[in-house]
Amino acid sequence: MSDQPSVTTATGGSLDLVAPDEVDAAELREAGREAAMRPVLETGKWWWIAVATLAAVVVVGLVAWATQVRDGLGSAGYNNQAFWAVYEADLVAFIGVSYGGAVVSAILRITNATWRAPLTRIAEGTALVTLPIGMLFIIPHLGSPWRIWELVWPPYWGLSSPILWDFFAVSTYLLATVVFFYLPLVSDLKIALGRIGSTRTGWHANACRWLYRKLGDHWDGSPPQRRALHGAIGLVAIMVIPLAVSVHSVLSFAFASSSRAGYIETIFPVYFVVAALYTGIALVIVSVAAFRRGYHLQRFITEKHIVRLGFLMIGMGAFYLYLTFTEYLIDGYSGQRDEAAWVRQIIIGRYWVPFWFYFVAAGVVPLAIMAFRRTRNAKGVVFASVLVLLAMWVKRIVIVVPPATEPLVKSPLRGAGVLASANWGTYHFTWIPISITLAATAAIPLLLLVLFKFLPILPVSEMEELEGIEEPSAIDAGEGEGGPR
Amino acid sequence: MADGNDPEAEVVNSAEPAAEGAGDPGPDGTTGVSRRQLFQRAGVLALGAAVAGTGVELLRERPASAAVSHQAAGAEAVAGGAAGPTGSTGAAEHQWAMVIDLRYCNGCKACTMSCQQAHSLHKDQTWIHVFTMQSASGSTYSMPRPCMMCEDPPCVPVCPVKANFRTSEGLTLVDQSRCIGTRICMNACPYQARYFNWKAPKPAPRQPFPQEPGWPVPQVEGTVGKCIYCAAMLPAGKLPECVTGCPMGVIYLGDLVTDVAVNGFGRAVKLSQFIQDNNAVKFKESYGTHPRVFYIPGSGEDLENDQEKP
Repeated sequence: MSDQPSVTTATGGSLDLVAPDEVDAAELREAGREAAMRPVLETGKWWWIAVATLAAVVVVGLVAWATQVRDGLGSAGYNNQAFWAVYEADLVAFIGVSYGGAVVSAILRITNATWRAPLTRIAEGTALVTLPIGMLFIIPHLGSPWRIWELVWPPYWGLSSPILWDFFAVSTYLLATVVFFYLPLVSDLKIALGRIGSTRTGWHANACRWLYRKLGDHWDGSPPQRRALHGAIGLVAIMVIPLAVSVHSVLSFAFASSSRAGYIETIFPVYFVVAALYTGIALVIVSVAAFRRGYHLQRFITEKHIVRLGFLMIGMGAFYLYLTFTEYLIDGYSGQRDEAAWVRQIIIGRYWVPFWFYFVAAGVVPLAIMAFRRTRNAKGVVFASVLVLLAMWVKRIVIVVPPATEPLVKSPLRGAGVLASANWGTYHFTWIPISITLAATAAIPLLLLVLFKFLPILPVSEMEELEGIEEPSAIDAGEGEGGPR
Repeated sequence: MADGNDPEAEVVNSAEPAAEGAGDPGPDGTTGVSRRQLFQRAGVLALGAAVAGTGVELLRERPASAAVSHQAAGAEAVAGGAAGPTGSTGAAEHQWAMVIDLRYCNGCKACTMSCQQAHSLHKDQTWIHVFTMQSASGSTYSMPRPCMMCEDPPCVPVCPVKANFRTSEGLTLVDQSRCIGTRICMNACPYQARYFNWKAPKPAPRQPFPQEPGWPVPQVEGTVGKCIYCAAMLPAGKLPECVTGCPMGVIYLGDLVTDVAVNGFGRAVKLSQFIQDNNAVKFKESYGTHPRVFYIPGSGEDLENDQEKP
């Protein structure tokens, strides 16, 4: 444990959080624990303001949904020539952003990137809250949401349906995400319990104490337990990756099981998975940066962490740009009537505005930001991430809407069949899907603020292990293993 | 995919016999093989055969002759029905089809209106929709599009709750008491023949039949509806509303078993003869759906390729 986790960044700097020989280990440990529990123990005025504002946005979304239930799905702007649109894009986008947790925690864990340590809890927490929000989009998506129980009623299961398998895959992934959030938390709960003490009163302190005992009482930090925990985390980290890949692949099948140009694309599973990773990392960057600032975690989460995540993100972004290019080039070039018409509508036709917005905001600009040293800093990366999240939502609209509005029986009275814009259906945005989408967006920070009001925001024991500043008793007892895999 | 004349027609339902056959050599081989090995080998063989069988099943494409052929519609129709993916029985009394004679369609949309009135549909729910098409020569013609009642309907297997089904008489219907409204069947249908209930249905008092998949009137909000060939009226010997509603006698209801087609004027024709003599075509046959609607082109229209006008 004596070797410090010194990692050299691509920019040549070093990512040591703090050099143990410079600062007293005990002081650093104390500071880490204090920072991890600060969101739980201190509630600023801004916390209440943020929660109230976000909750208000969520309430508006619920009202919108109630209105939609009353007036029918048509009130959300759908029609027979635009049967899928915003909610389907939201499903893809919100389930997609939950992938950040899988990347930062699973991939970085497996590749033993020690710099990840302070980020994992926020990343896993982000995955934990976004995945259920994404799943909830099934409800407004359905025409008859009151019959949603049929999806869990085996006699009704249509096993040849991609939608049913979406449901299975996402549910399994949710389970894995919960486990993946919980496992690294186990070893922190004793510490958290110690910090909250026994003198505090009030329902919040009681709830925290109850929670920590309920979830973590069986943990005593003994070597066998540590070994078992590390093994379990390693195993789940490996399992979560194919699971994540399968979720978005199957999600893409729901579109691809069709004869519509633009949906029946071989590239779709890869395309969807890469988009999910791209936006997932972007959301982790935004949450990490926001909590870093809001809870003053700068000592543990440095600018370099954010820039590193930015590199990860832009890797995915470049990959996605490449896939987009390939898809449209080949389909547009093929000369097949329907495919060519669909590409044409996207590039220069009725969908050119959202497409080129994607291209600039999630293609060119983030690449440029990461390319230049001047902009390659925390501010730049966070700005790029916000752009990516926004533009990739728009890109999902570009993926979902055009094929759903495609004329299949060409009715080209005046003009050129599928090429004639007049024959295409139109999706009309209304306030209902916009409010519901905003509500889901607001629900992410809202749930994260609440989550970290009850649980430590930094994975203290993992950080201490990787920093080599564990409590003496733990070091004596441990066998000097190099931290979680 | 293989092309239409694939000689694999007889591979129908090969999966199970293949699996059994592969398992058979097992018991013979007991001499000199331990029981454990035997089970292992038999297991591997059976698994392999099952996988291979499934693969064949997935890749199998019925040649046109296994579906309804123009020459011997009646006899073949029974076979086609039997091989149907939803297990419609060959013993069914009827196999419904339609013939649409484009030569006489003037695009008046009376079929659409009769249909909408009979089923209390909203204006945008055009279960039979009259498209205005343009042929290669630039002239326009009208093309009514009901449900194609595909023999391999792509809309059926995609439903997560099995709300779509195909009757033994070859009609694809929706159980609106089960449909949850994912609209993935609207995505799957290559004919744009499915219509959602985006808002509350029109009130429909005093219906001649109870509300069931064969007579989904009134429609159910939040579910998908589609042309049903007026399924509930057929057993009573009544023709579908669009057939009787057409003032030009364009639309014929056909039965592949008895090989007869009848239009709204009561004109009866021998179905196989009629479609052969008039060079009937099917719409988007290349999608492998095996539609049961025969279009009689008036002036050499090619439904799939006409429309493109540069």
